[in-house]
Amino acid sequence: MATVTLKDVVKRYGAVEVVHGINLDIAHNEFVVLVGPSGCGKSTTLRMIAGLEEISDGDILIGDQVVNQLPPRKRNISMVFQNYALYPHMTVSENLGFSLKIASRSKEEIEAAVQDAADILGLDELLERTPAELSGGQRQRVAMGRAIVRHPDVFLFDEPLSNLDAKLRTQMRVEIKKLHAKVKTTIVYVTHDQVEAMTLADRIVIMKDGHIVQIGTPLEVFERPVDTFVAGFIGSPPMNLIDGTIKNDTVVFSDGRSVPVPPDFSGKVVDGRRVVFGFRADVLMPKGHTLAESGVLHDLDLTIDLAEPLGSESILLSSFGGKDIQARMHNPRPVKGGEVLSCELHLEKCHLFDAETGQSLRG
Amino acid sequence: MTRLRRTIRENAVPFALISPAVLIILMVVLLPLIFSFYTSFSNYRLIRPDSLWDWVGLRNYKRIMGDWDFWVAFGRTVLFLTVALNLELLFGLGLALLVNKITWGQRTMRTIMMFPMMFSPILVGFQFKYLFNDTIGLVNNGLQSLGLTHEAIPFLVDRWLAFFSIAFAEIWMSTSIFAILILAGLFALPKDPIEAARVDGCSNWQVFKHITLPFLMPFIYIAMAIRSLDVARAFDIVDVMTGGGPAGRTELLWTLISRTAYDDARMGRANAMSYVAILLSIFFTWFFFNKLMEARKHLGAF
Repeated sequence: MATVTLKDVVKRYGAVEVVHGINLDIAHNEFVVLVGPSGCGKSTTLRMIAGLEEISDGDILIGDQVVNQLPPRKRNISMVFQNYALYPHMTVSENLGFSLKIASRSKEEIEAAVQDAADILGLDELLERTPAELSGGQRQRVAMGRAIVRHPDVFLFDEPLSNLDAKLRTQMRVEIKKLHAKVKTTIVYVTHDQVEAMTLADRIVIMKDGHIVQIGTPLEVFERPVDTFVAGFIGSPPMNLIDGTIKNDTVVFSDGRSVPVPPDFSGKVVDGRRVVFGFRADVLMPKGHTLAESGVLHDLDLTIDLAEPLGSESILLSSFGGKDIQARMHNPRPVKGGEVLSCELHLEKCHLFDAETGQSLRG
Repeated sequence: MTRLRRTIRENAVPFALISPAVLIILMVVLLPLIFSFYTSFSNYRLIRPDSLWDWVGLRNYKRIMGDWDFWVAFGRTVLFLTVALNLELLFGLGLALLVNKITWGQRTMRTIMMFPMMFSPILVGFQFKYLFNDTIGLVNNGLQSLGLTHEAIPFLVDRWLAFFSIAFAEIWMSTSIFAILILAGLFALPKDPIEAARVDGCSNWQVFKHITLPFLMPFIYIAMAIRSLDVARAFDIVDVMTGGGPAGRTELLWTLISRTAYDDARMGRANAMSYVAILLSIFFTWFFFNKLMEARKHLGAF
């Protein structure tokens, strides 16, 4: 059983604290993605689990064992690095078998394990090449192969796809997901790309400034962000966030327009409270171009500044409540700048956050 | 024909522009080379200039083949080279690894490390001649003061002690060449493969053996190539410290050649010896460059 547990883990560089006592329980065979903007401490956290960085305070457990003082080689983990970190003077098969050779396994055993990994990742024809003769995607696959030959307790991925071009990234993302289905191991995966996080994770851990902001399944963090940071970070395009004030069960914006308080929040806010009203582009759609959905709808007239046609849908840019916002149009028709469209807002899927702290008012 | 003329006319300016460089190279490199090569087939003696025209064919080379002293000096040079280069590599590697660990004052340390290289080899020779002298030398004095010995140890007289003393001076002067080049390699060392190796189960020693050292090999081979040329023509230090003596016990190729050329005044024969000696340098250069190419081939991924 390879669970990973972080208890009040702190990382300091000299006087500067970069990770502030984080707690995290990762279940056996779970795929957990640490995501956040650069400098949020996600890579540092991963490297502490790997043993490449010492922890300043707290405990890290793999299984039931406290590994704080263990060097990386005694933790039975594998890591895939952003720059692949292949051994340049070894062939692909030597790269794959290196960890087993260090562990003094027999030649036959190493060969079998290398062949196994090569089969899983389609590296058969590359085994005799050196890393210099491989493309980026191939190198990435070798790096993953090197990680799986050891059958580690935990896989660690440190932004493995960020050096690949967009098309290859999508492809490798699928391969990583397939790999997890095949080899069933606990995975901790670090990325700054929320799409990767959403598509891969069993659970997403969103970090900011050395704190964990929210932990949840992709749908949870998408549908119920705990604060404006998560709301703006997860989902593409980012959530529209507009400042407003509560008045008679409506949210009044700076330009005088207003919407009713969403049903989930009614009774939780008093008059005069300053809030941030949040909704995704998906829940604001022009009439006649919505997805067939029923619910609490609120009608709005929007002056469209610009339309970005994406084929099956268009992103509409407009201005509302004193902010630039985005709406989504399904089965699009051409829209001219300046055109006024009658839209409907799904109030049930809107959010209210505290204006000061940014925390969700869902309670 | 007209085509040739046109080619010449079109290229006249470039040819005119590089001709001074070509002429100077011809005069300072090629002519002396041809002259010395010619004299190696003559009975040229400095005290009898007309002997320059005394063509003796391959006689000089034939005599060298049977010259025991020459081959002893040749063998001793190879031994000297092997000992000096290996110890310099060992010490240089150690020094570089230690300096690489320093976090404060590293630049100063690097500069200090280079001091021995700044001395002229002749001065280094005199310095160690004085240190190792059997009557007034510091080393003997120190050993005697500490009560470790009551006799004067003949550092520059005994066959092996003299060899060791000269090697010591050579190593003292040039270890920093290895250290500096290896340090440059350590600075360029990528961090990722080392971390990957640590995760893959390597102890510190295994990381060094399997990752760090292969990466440093190109730098080591460059240092080897430079130093093999240097040591194969070792002269100043030996000449000052022992003069190849006593009784030829520390004779290296170039002290022997200079003695033959100037003391014995047999320039023709000395030049023949030089051409045989150069084969040694050519061999080592070829050898280390081959090794270098081989080592570099695999590091293309960086």
